[in-house]
Amino acid sequence: MKIMNQEMLQQKATTLRRDIVEMLYKAGSGHPGGSLSAVEIVSALYFQEMNVDVKNPEWRDRDRFVLSKGHAAPVLYAALAEKGFFPKSQLWELRKIGSILQGHPEMKNISGVDMSTGSLGQGFSTAVGMALGLRTDNSGSRVFALLGDGELQEGIVWEAAMAAPHYKLDNLTAFVDYNGLQIDGPNEEVMGVHPVTDKFKAFGWNVLTVDGHDFKGILEALAIAKTTKDKPTMIVARTVKGKGVSFMEDQAGWHGKAPNKEERDQAMTELGGLDHE
Amino acid sequence: MSKMMATREGYGKALVELGKENEKVVVLDADLSKSTKTAGFGETYPDRFFNVGVAEQNLIGLAAGLSTTGKIPFASSFAMFASGRAFEIIRNSIGYPRLNVKICATHSGITVGEDGASHQALEDIACMRTIPNMTVIVPSDGVEAMTAVKKIAEFDGPVYLRLGRSGVPVINDHENYDFEIGKGITLKEGGDLTIIAAGLMVHEALKAAEKLEEKGVEARVLNLHTIKPIDRDIIIKAAEETGAVITAEEHNIIGGLGSAVAEVLSENMPVPLKRIGVEDTFGESGKPAELLEKYGLTDEKIFKTAIEILAR
Repeated sequence: MKIMNQEMLQQKATTLRRDIVEMLYKAGSGHPGGSLSAVEIVSALYFQEMNVDVKNPEWRDRDRFVLSKGHAAPVLYAALAEKGFFPKSQLWELRKIGSILQGHPEMKNISGVDMSTGSLGQGFSTAVGMALGLRTDNSGSRVFALLGDGELQEGIVWEAAMAAPHYKLDNLTAFVDYNGLQIDGPNEEVMGVHPVTDKFKAFGWNVLTVDGHDFKGILEALAIAKTTKDKPTMIVARTVKGKGVSFMEDQAGWHGKAPNKEERDQAMTELGGLDHE
Repeated sequence: MSKMMATREGYGKALVELGKENEKVVVLDADLSKSTKTAGFGETYPDRFFNVGVAEQNLIGLAAGLSTTGKIPFASSFAMFASGRAFEIIRNSIGYPRLNVKICATHSGITVGEDGASHQALEDIACMRTIPNMTVIVPSDGVEAMTAVKKIAEFDGPVYLRLGRSGVPVINDHENYDFEIGKGITLKEGGDLTIIAAGLMVHEALKAAEKLEEKGVEARVLNLHTIKPIDRDIIIKAAEETGAVITAEEHNIIGGLGSAVAEVLSENMPVPLKRIGVEDTFGESGKPAELLEKYGLTDEKIFKTAIEILAR
């Protein structure tokens, strides 16, 4: 596998951020905050860690990715398009009638999407099921899942969190995109999820914490996850909601709101220039 | 008295057979494997059996994930929890992506008995049949349940198989019993009215038809084992040829077999229709036979309803 240096990954991250902003601007609705906070995690997975084949998206021995926080669909779609699963022009059809790109990921029509998600907590549970199925077949394939921090408030998350270590699923690696904010405000005000690392440790996970915008840290954590035996790994990634667009950063209000023309122009200026492409 | 067998017994036996024939079959349970009868599969194929504990949402989520890796998961719990607590996970993670998961729910209906209303699922058919892509099957006896297991394993797509706790008379007692998913079965011909039944009420319908025959009334009896996709043709033809229809089910009269038949008839062949079932109320503790009697799920109720419908 080609190893990307961090500079190349940074470029990918910027491209994904620009695509997210543009796609939400064109869609007129969607979720920028939690898409932007997960850019480095998703980039590290798709452009470095995961073994997938764009020519054969259903390949049996591929690694799988489940976006359990399905509202961050734009970051997944941007990564899949950049990877080559479908033409980038599709991105501008996001959320429009007749488009393959639904508001939340849909596995049957979108090439490269491994699980339909959107209802919080369920993706994590299905990812545990995938890891169980692959392990039963002695497959070398691995499963990656991405959860939001607000999503941890769903009961099914803890049912799944209990099951994965029980089955010793070391082929499962999950991330928490820990940006601290949810729709109605800070997690700790709405319904405290702290301490996240201790909770997963107590459930029997190998827990690692990283800066979710630092590729070096993310890749190191993924390397540890890969060699950890008999336990699933949970990588708690500290992130900034809306990362990369100054006026969206750390603002709960940008959880589910699309930028207007002015805001889109400013965001693009910050992300490498208005006439970048 | 005819041989008795619970549909869950048939399910458990057939699963063990299926496990031998098809290595893709995996079974999941939520700490009820002795009651749902999946324990036999678990003992025979421990590597393909997953007990997820008392966690029905995760039961369904895991089954969905397993199916994406090429497995054919059979996920079991009591109907109340499988269809009720896990409803939205079935809807979003199985129905929407049309995954090949078989939800095999036991202890449906009022014949759960002594455990009472909290455990008597009377709305599961209604919930499951509103989910696009979902097939809903209600076997009438243990033999049909065994056949259903084979049929749904061959069928690619989500299925809800509704099974019961209590022993029910075997009515399909012949070798190589077979049925086609989505095709109702005419158990008795008749031209005066039609009784459409599912589950344990099929036996009651047959008994009612015998009583009616003594009165000179020829009732047609249909076993509508598949509630969805519903066999429109057999229903419309029966209504056209007999002029009146009675439905009988161990379920709330709202949303189940009776509603499904009413939908077909009102749009295609409106004829007098009476729905027999639990009349929009919760059950209670008691012996299965006592409950069937109290809530009007008997051959006698069908008989009387038939006389009424013919008199109007």
